[in-house]
Amino acid sequence: MSRTSISPIDAYKLLPRTNCKECGEDNCMAFATKLVNREVTLDQCPPLLQEKNRDAHNKLWELLKPPVKEVTIGSGEKAKKIGGKLVMYRHEFTYVNPTVIAVDVTDEMDESVFRERVKGVEGFSYTYIGQELSLDMVAIRSTSNDPQQFGSTVKRFAEISTLPAVLCSFNPEIIENGLMVIGKNRPLIYAATKDNWKEMADLAIMYHCPLAVFAPNDLQLLKSLTRTLLEYGVEDLVLDPGTFPREGYADTLNAFTMIRRLACRDDDELLGFPLLGVPLTVWIGYEGQPEIATWHETWLASTLIVRYADILVMHSLDGWSQLPLTILRENIYTDPRKPVAVEPGLRAFGNPNEASPLMFTSNFALTYYTVASDIESDKVDCYLLVIDTEGLSVESAVAGRKLTADKVAEALKQYNVQEKVGHKRLIIPGRAARLSGEIEEVTGFEVMVGPMDSSGIAKYVSEKWSTQPTA
Amino acid sequence: MAMGEEKKDDLKVRFNRNLIELLSKLSEIEFEDVELSIGDLEISLQPSISVPMTAPPAKIPVQERIKPTKLLEAEFKVPVMEYRGQIVEVQIGATKGEGGTRGRPVIIGGEKTPPYYLFEGLTPHKPVIALDIFDVAPPLARAMREPFKDVLEDPAAWAKKAVDDYGAEMINIHLTSTDPLIKDTSPREAANTVERVLQAVDVPFSIGGCGDPEKDLKVFTKVAEVGEGERLLFNSVTLDMDVKKTAELVKKHNHVVLAFTSMDMAHARELNRKLYDVGLPKDQIVIDTTTAALGYGLDYAFSIMERTRLSALMGDPELQHPMSSGTTNAWAAREAWMKMAPEWGPRELRGPIWETVTAVTLLLAGVDYFMMMHPAAVKTVKDVIEELVGGNKASPEKIADWVSVKI
Repeated sequence: MSRTSISPIDAYKLLPRTNCKECGEDNCMAFATKLVNREVTLDQCPPLLQEKNRDAHNKLWELLKPPVKEVTIGSGEKAKKIGGKLVMYRHEFTYVNPTVIAVDVTDEMDESVFRERVKGVEGFSYTYIGQELSLDMVAIRSTSNDPQQFGSTVKRFAEISTLPAVLCSFNPEIIENGLMVIGKNRPLIYAATKDNWKEMADLAIMYHCPLAVFAPNDLQLLKSLTRTLLEYGVEDLVLDPGTFPREGYADTLNAFTMIRRLACRDDDELLGFPLLGVPLTVWIGYEGQPEIATWHETWLASTLIVRYADILVMHSLDGWSQLPLTILRENIYTDPRKPVAVEPGLRAFGNPNEASPLMFTSNFALTYYTVASDIESDKVDCYLLVIDTEGLSVESAVAGRKLTADKVAEALKQYNVQEKVGHKRLIIPGRAARLSGEIEEVTGFEVMVGPMDSSGIAKYVSEKWSTQPTA
Repeated sequence: MAMGEEKKDDLKVRFNRNLIELLSKLSEIEFEDVELSIGDLEISLQPSISVPMTAPPAKIPVQERIKPTKLLEAEFKVPVMEYRGQIVEVQIGATKGEGGTRGRPVIIGGEKTPPYYLFEGLTPHKPVIALDIFDVAPPLARAMREPFKDVLEDPAAWAKKAVDDYGAEMINIHLTSTDPLIKDTSPREAANTVERVLQAVDVPFSIGGCGDPEKDLKVFTKVAEVGEGERLLFNSVTLDMDVKKTAELVKKHNHVVLAFTSMDMAHARELNRKLYDVGLPKDQIVIDTTTAALGYGLDYAFSIMERTRLSALMGDPELQHPMSSGTTNAWAAREAWMKMAPEWGPRELRGPIWETVTAVTLLLAGVDYFMMMHPAAVKTVKDVIEELVGGNKASPEKIADWVSVKI
């Protein structure tokens, strides 16, 4: 059954139907609608948690259960949920739980390098249209193959960071040494294989930690391991079908795709788990310039973000690599139902008065939010006229004649700009520069050509606005 | 193990698992050494059993279950689907024998399965990459300008460099100067430029207008005449243009047209219908639903393309065309060209990786024809395409011990 076709009625029938409003909604039907839209969760209905409603709760939980299990890694504020996907394609609903990015350290790294990398992960931060982008986890690899060295490395990590960890070794003894240090923080154990699954399963159960399953390029084995581990009693699994950076790259994408399709379309419970990709494999045997491997790792990771990875283990920590990836992740995980265009009209920023600058932009949502966030963060008091360009960016709208001098004149009039603004000067986007003459002619406003990018607005206004003569 | 037994076991596993999860949510029941079966559960779930909600979380005695001692086999079945629709094959460029002068035409489209679902079918034709050149160079980011800095004034030399040095499979020439707001170059002059570049290299061409719906038609009319036989791709026809005249023009001179709409599948269908109405054969139409840059609308661009392609394969007869992407738009993202704090790396890397990530994202949505700019991005996307269609086999041992690899 498709998880997006559940009717609110189906959910409503199982709710207490008392319209008690304890959930904050007006009635049970409203709560049911939000439930199937995934805007609320079952535990927000207190009566449902009562013993007498256990059966209904059980049925609702089954009804709403995502085809890809949601698995939590880490504990406390920085814990991350992965998986929980309801659909295969983002346009079908929306993706939840953005792909987690874990960056590696090893138990043989110099202390300074180790510390620098962990701090690098923690310190990564970029503001993108009002959102803080960050990295999520540290993958600690045992390259020494020495249990004690691994244990002391994990200890060193725990002393300087509260980020969730991925403990990486195929040797159960090594993993156990790590778990003895941070087992209670719910690290992801990487990984169970056909050779060590029993010991790894015991550890996962003993420490209540999620367990990754690794079966490179062998989906039959992967599924067999999953079945075995579930039956053994491990509940939270993460699947790694292998990431092949060169030969076998097509197989990698196909494995991710097939697993996700089987989970979402066929309700295959043995494959309904989050997927783990390892772009770090790019670095195996690589001896050339690090920029080349970082480049490769970046595009590889980007395709895995698009093709269903729920967690990635990477080596590159460079800003030029992680910036496009964290932005891509943000893009892929936004709600696809969000409109492309914002309402046109005149917007005030800060505390503008009638002498404040007047500028315009397009109503393409991304353009508008970018401009708005720049104006806000730079605290520019001004009026911004949002012109209906049919959801095109300024440059495309000028090229496609959706943004013309006539359109500008029309908007100035329609939104009664002169009621708020006491002057006749208009700052136009640098990308609409070629319309400047026409706009002056048609509107009678004095046109000032602004910067090419809205990041330059504050500087432009402070340098140019006060020095211009008032019309 | 008999089949019946296996089923029962599976059921039990699933059953227990769900129950345990449920319990951890309700967290009030205590089980001790209970061997659960369906019958037991029905009883235990009777509403009359009252358990206080404040009880500590249940400790489930997992050690009581019968644990497997060896690997239990599970069958993996490849999830193949049937598709009713197929993308038309479109040829761009024509050889001497076909009435043109191109060394080798390109063919795009023909897909019967979603992009690179190799478990369902092979990719009939590799996506093609054209490099963008301009009759008059617009302001370009430094990283874009650098590889072409010595040819920016000469479209023929620019085309040659793009093909010889950077592996362009096609050239997309933007006749930007024809824009009435820029130089208002005449259709005749523009056609001369096209003739010059056609002589400089023998790859297939697409011809970009300036965006003015009226001027573009005039320019295309002239270029379609002088390029007769070359099977040029006209970039583009839009709903704002005289679609009928444009379609008739393309049909008369046997060219191909790129139907461009702005992130709206309904518009894409509408434009295609208008083109069909004039009698333009389907295999002379490529569609472009708009490419927005990574960080600046790529999400919309990606989902509209993915939906368009899946709808076409599911049988929508109005969307069964190869898809095009103006990937150079990636450079509209400020992160691609702006000088930023040192931790974000040099823009000489940021720019081309931006274009690359934008391209590979859309490649996976099903794009057949890319118009790109930076040589490093072009090279990478070509390599990715080779891997995706060539399907070199994975060697598990190569990555089996990635955990302990020293970097």
